[in-house]
Amino acid sequence: MSADTHHENAAPLAHHFESYEQQRESASLGMWLFLGQEIMFFGGLFMVYILYRWMYPHAFAEASNMLNVQLGTFNTAVLIGSSLTMALAVRASQTGQSRKIVLFLILTMILGTTFLGVKAFEYHHKWEEHLIPGSSFAFEGKDPAHSQMFFFLYFAMTGLHALHMIVGLGLLAWLCFPAWKGRFSAENHNYVEGVGLYWHFVDIVWIFLFPLLYLIGRKGA
Amino acid sequence: MSLHVVPLRVYIIVFLSLMLGTALTVAAAFVDLGWMNNLVAMAIAATKATIVILFFMHVRYSSRLISLVVVGSFFWLALLIVLSLSDYITRGFLGVPGR
Repeated sequence: MSADTHHENAAPLAHHFESYEQQRESASLGMWLFLGQEIMFFGGLFMVYILYRWMYPHAFAEASNMLNVQLGTFNTAVLIGSSLTMALAVRASQTGQSRKIVLFLILTMILGTTFLGVKAFEYHHKWEEHLIPGSSFAFEGKDPAHSQMFFFLYFAMTGLHALHMIVGLGLLAWLCFPAWKGRFSAENHNYVEGVGLYWHFVDIVWIFLFPLLYLIGRKGA
Repeated sequence: MSLHVVPLRVYIIVFLSLMLGTALTVAAAFVDLGWMNNLVAMAIAATKATIVILFFMHVRYSSRLISLVVVGSFFWLALLIVLSLSDYITRGFLGVPGR
């Protein structure tokens, strides 16, 4: 395919790449290296969680029962749905369907915002129940000190996750303009692919957070 | 790797299996399986994550170099967890002299 006559306003092949194929793979590889360090970034928090849960399983189970499983499940479904719409946005960019890219980007943003809205509602509820770690923390349990550690991890992990979602929403909004202008094509849709990889990674983090935070100590409940 | 446009059908099947996994993990959490509860929850989460990586993140259709980076990243995470736990879990095994 003669690359230069195709897609007049598409992003060009950078001079240091031999082909669009090589440019695409380099972009994905770079994004994966970034995600590799993101895995370690979240990994530290997961490690702390594993350790404290191993040390204080009952305090963690008791604290986890204060979370709302229905809302957690709903949010998991919303986030998986947003991963589907994101994958479809990337697919539309591969086939150069500008309008469809924008449509799926907007759907992804709506689902992402829904997730954050539910999360804000949950945070507010925890605030009213005095479950925010600190001087006003009040928990009627057998081991409140270590249940507080659970809530510290709950807010740190879901908070960092939510921060990633907010960054993701910004990236999605930023993509809408070039998508609408028809800048993405089969040869060059690396921005959409890269943001897609990021969005799916954030989904994967939640896939692990949901059972670890919401679903422990539920048996027999 | 040449561009591979994944068929719509594949994305729909992936989405449905992720939803099924979510339903399963919630259902399993309310059944008393003893120590197996953790194992089941993590096995389902790992399966869901693998499906997302292979299909939504196109690793199944990408070059070996990218697969290597993905596997390497998770291997690094495994090192963090396994080595840290091998320290903490074994601390009580031997008494500390003079304490």
